[in-house]
Amino acid sequence: MRIPCPVCGARPSEEFTYRGDARPVRPPMDSSDQGAWVDYLFFRDDERGRIKEQWQHTGGCRAWIVVDRDTATHAVHGSELARDAAEGGQA
Amino acid sequence: MRDLSDTETAPRLTQGGRIDRSRPLTFTFDGRTLTGFAGDTLASALLANGIHLAGRSFKVHRPRGLVGHRENEPNALMRLGTGDRLTPNLPATLVELTDGLVAESQNRWPSLKYDLQAASGLLKPMFPAGFYYKTFMWPAAFWEKLYEPAIRRAAGLGRATTAPDPDRYERGFKHCDLLVVGAGPAGLTAALWAGRAGLHVILADQDSELGGSLLTERSTIDGEPASLWVDRVAGELARLDTVEVMPRTSVFGYYDHNILGAVERLPTAEHGARERYWRIEAGRVTLAAGALERPIPFPDNDRPGIMLASAVRAYLNRWAVRTGTRAVVFANNDDGFSTARDLSQAGIAVTLVDSRADAELPRALTGLEVTLHRGRTIVGSKGRHRVSAVTLDDGTRLPCDLVAVAGGWNPVVNLHSQTGARPRWDSIRDCFVPGQPRQNESSVGACAGRFTTAEAIQDGAHAAVEAIRALGKPVPELDLPVPEDPPAGRGEALWYVGGRDSHTFLDPQHDVTVADVKLAHREGYRSVEHMKRYTTLGMATDQGRFGNVNGMAVMAEARGLSVAEVGTTTFRPPYTPVSVGALAGRKRQRTFMPLRRSPLHDWAADRGAIFAEAGLWQRSRAFPQAGESLREAAFRETTQTRTHVGICDVSTLGKIDIQGPDAPELLNRVYTNGWKRLAVGRARYGLMLREDGHVMDDGTTSCLAEGHYHMTTTTGQAPKVMSHLEWCLQALWPELDVQVQSVTDQWAGLAVAGPNSRALLQRLLPGVDLSNAAFPFMGVGRYALAGGVPLRLFRISFSGELAYEVNVPADYGPALADKLLELGEDLGAIPYGLEALDVMRIEKGHVTAGELDGRTTAADLGMAGLMSSKKDFIGRVLAQRPGMADPSRPRLVGLQCADGDERIRAGSHLLPTGTQTTIDFDEGWVSSATWSPTFGRHIALGFLKNGGERMGEVVRAVDLVRGHDVQVEVVSPHFYDPEGTRQRG
Repeated sequence: MRIPCPVCGARPSEEFTYRGDARPVRPPMDSSDQGAWVDYLFFRDDERGRIKEQWQHTGGCRAWIVVDRDTATHAVHGSELARDAAEGGQA
Repeated sequence: MRDLSDTETAPRLTQGGRIDRSRPLTFTFDGRTLTGFAGDTLASALLANGIHLAGRSFKVHRPRGLVGHRENEPNALMRLGTGDRLTPNLPATLVELTDGLVAESQNRWPSLKYDLQAASGLLKPMFPAGFYYKTFMWPAAFWEKLYEPAIRRAAGLGRATTAPDPDRYERGFKHCDLLVVGAGPAGLTAALWAGRAGLHVILADQDSELGGSLLTERSTIDGEPASLWVDRVAGELARLDTVEVMPRTSVFGYYDHNILGAVERLPTAEHGARERYWRIEAGRVTLAAGALERPIPFPDNDRPGIMLASAVRAYLNRWAVRTGTRAVVFANNDDGFSTARDLSQAGIAVTLVDSRADAELPRALTGLEVTLHRGRTIVGSKGRHRVSAVTLDDGTRLPCDLVAVAGGWNPVVNLHSQTGARPRWDSIRDCFVPGQPRQNESSVGACAGRFTTAEAIQDGAHAAVEAIRALGKPVPELDLPVPEDPPAGRGEALWYVGGRDSHTFLDPQHDVTVADVKLAHREGYRSVEHMKRYTTLGMATDQGRFGNVNGMAVMAEARGLSVAEVGTTTFRPPYTPVSVGALAGRKRQRTFMPLRRSPLHDWAADRGAIFAEAGLWQRSRAFPQAGESLREAAFRETTQTRTHVGICDVSTLGKIDIQGPDAPELLNRVYTNGWKRLAVGRARYGLMLREDGHVMDDGTTSCLAEGHYHMTTTTGQAPKVMSHLEWCLQALWPELDVQVQSVTDQWAGLAVAGPNSRALLQRLLPGVDLSNAAFPFMGVGRYALAGGVPLRLFRISFSGELAYEVNVPADYGPALADKLLELGEDLGAIPYGLEALDVMRIEKGHVTAGELDGRTTAADLGMAGLMSSKKDFIGRVLAQRPGMADPSRPRLVGLQCADGDERIRAGSHLLPTGTQTTIDFDEGWVSSATWSPTFGRHIALGFLKNGGERMGEVVRAVDLVRGHDVQVEVVSPHFYDPEGTRQRG
């Protein structure tokens, strides 16, 4: 696969490290709700189709990015910096 | 035996073909020395020497001859080379003949002609479809002792060498606008027009020459022999700057995002490399890989001399080899006519058996002596090592030494199918053709089921125009050449000739017959995917190239369905065999992984260090003196450090520079303990958890200045911790104003440990007050050496001694180490290695990788006190899950031999005394163990259920693998100086 890095451009997927589904929302730091943390950490839907994923460009600029990828076709529809995604999500 | 010197009947014609008769080449086959010419393949050279018998079949060892001329050759699998350079299972048709080539046939013993296991040919009923699965059902003991060894001896294709491969392989990346796979008429046209428009084109073909089918057929383009057109196009392609022509390059895999894998064979070792693996990233792909002829399986169709008609024509036209003297052509389509024409014109007597009742000899055959049997099929053959006659269904017996079978064509849809696209059945042309593309690719010419040269050229041009338009470039005016194709009538579907199904071979490599497919059907293996696995049809090197479509048609017939309805099996990479060496490239032996060396590596090596691998790192284990073993050296270094002073290379520890006003907040969130009040010039030990509450890593972090911190990690977890911090700052808390940077490689680190360490460092830094009051335990200072070399001093201890860690820029590491040894000579300074470091940290009860194994909690490690209750940190909540907080979990304990002096082994299980040695009584494990020179006995660290409450109890440390069972006493893990007076003094 080729993964578009917002900083470096399209690069071979071997340069990246996969983390996982980007959609589960981390509970607030001060949350003591174990169930919410367990959901965030362990439960994934494993959907077929377009999902947002976290990757890090470990063999490049080291940016954490969010990639919009289709798990069935492996088509990549775009990416953004995790920093922008996080700030956008909070806004 | 024919007299090969007789040019009238010698297989090799005296003229014609694309071989270079001025360059004879010598090679050996099964020990016989033979000659061929430049331009030959191993297959054509064997046939030119009158050799058809080229292998034995996989299961029943029947004699088998050459059948095809491309990657569809199922029988002639050769082992090439000698000594260390042995490559098994190469089809002779894909091996370019070179001078001195050494080839051996496979799967026969003692010789190809007199194979003893051929007796099993009489026992064909022993090896029916599903043989392997049925055999597995027999009693297991029989299988292991009797069947498997026998089958392993008998089965298997060629054998590889076990010696290391002396050749080199390379790997590279290529990018292009258009990748054209196959250099026949379609591929050449596509590459030419796209190249003329300035597109970056790669044209790859597995052959050594461009031209594809134009090299093997007597076709004409613009009124001249097609080979002249090929030469002109090849010449122009070579002159076009943006076109890269890659002959001898097999595109074997088609992966996501238009990335393809290709192997380029280098005819002469270039820069010592034999093959190159290319990863090609293509904007568009044009698949022009052509089509492979399929057989018409008939009873006894596996005798040497029974070949595909396309191969017979290819050997004649391209390599000037008559594959027989008396031929029967068996066809269900018009290719029988061109085969008969070519053979007859070469002086070979031809009888044409055409299954079509309405077949008429075309005008092209007028005047040639070709006898036609229309509406007939072959129902049997005779001959021992070579076919000698065939029998027709009307009883006619035709003596012959060659049978050319033309059963129609299968487009090479393999690469298309690898993308996940589904080939579809074309019921007009009776073949699978490419379906809806899943990637940016199109198939052209014969590869798309358009078999004439005119269609191929049109398709190739169309593909070029599409590629040019997609890039928004101007399309050049197309001036396409005009080929002359023989008029092609419609063939009829004839998938096999019924009669004796158990002798009608669909896959001669695996001895799969029509009867096997019918048996699979009767036994319920009706899906083509199941049938393939049950019968082994088209497995191994064949990958369905020879008889798969026929096999599917047999299954379709048995199920009363059409071929379209039963469908095709899935094609997967590689299309043709790829050597493992090419895939590995340079990732082997010393260059298998990157190697990391400390800046003090050479310094340590000069002092006799023995090194150990720690991940990618090479670390010095010990510095043995003359006559000393590694153990003895490690214990001497331990004692000398504990009594005097030792210096140890700790450069491999992860080092992360952290800067920014929010740095304390970051530390507070990633470590379990509090960091807000760490003063400038102070260090603190910290524990980091994963989100799930388990310990991820530990280390010290020092405050160098306001908002400037220096974090250390364990050697092994350094990359993970760095990535974790980047994750935290970029994805979790982008609002924090902090920068992190790995500086592991920028600083050399030396531990200076032992009671004399202060005195030693005082000599290095005479102007600095290192007294305990001025520079206490966990103190940090930044200084400059002569010439302004910066030095960072940390008073931290991993050994339990009064100790420091000194950092200088990496290049100054060796000079600093030398200086310390020189300054400390009268203080007893010595270098010590990883082993002594490990002994001392076990004696002190410090944890490292053995304890921080990703399954332990802070409480397990006896560090529950480091879990702050006053702040939030990563892992806080999930560390409180009941299973994680269970007080009876195994806790860190010290262990020492209860009586005697027996060794305790790391990895042992801890069990109570007086129970059975079963997992039911398992209470923990030993994580680290050593002989302690300080205490004069074996000690260990381990985890024991309720360990904190069991001090003084005797338990067993059991290692069943290595046969150890020792009584150990549970003690505090802090064997050495538990009050810490030495490190704080």
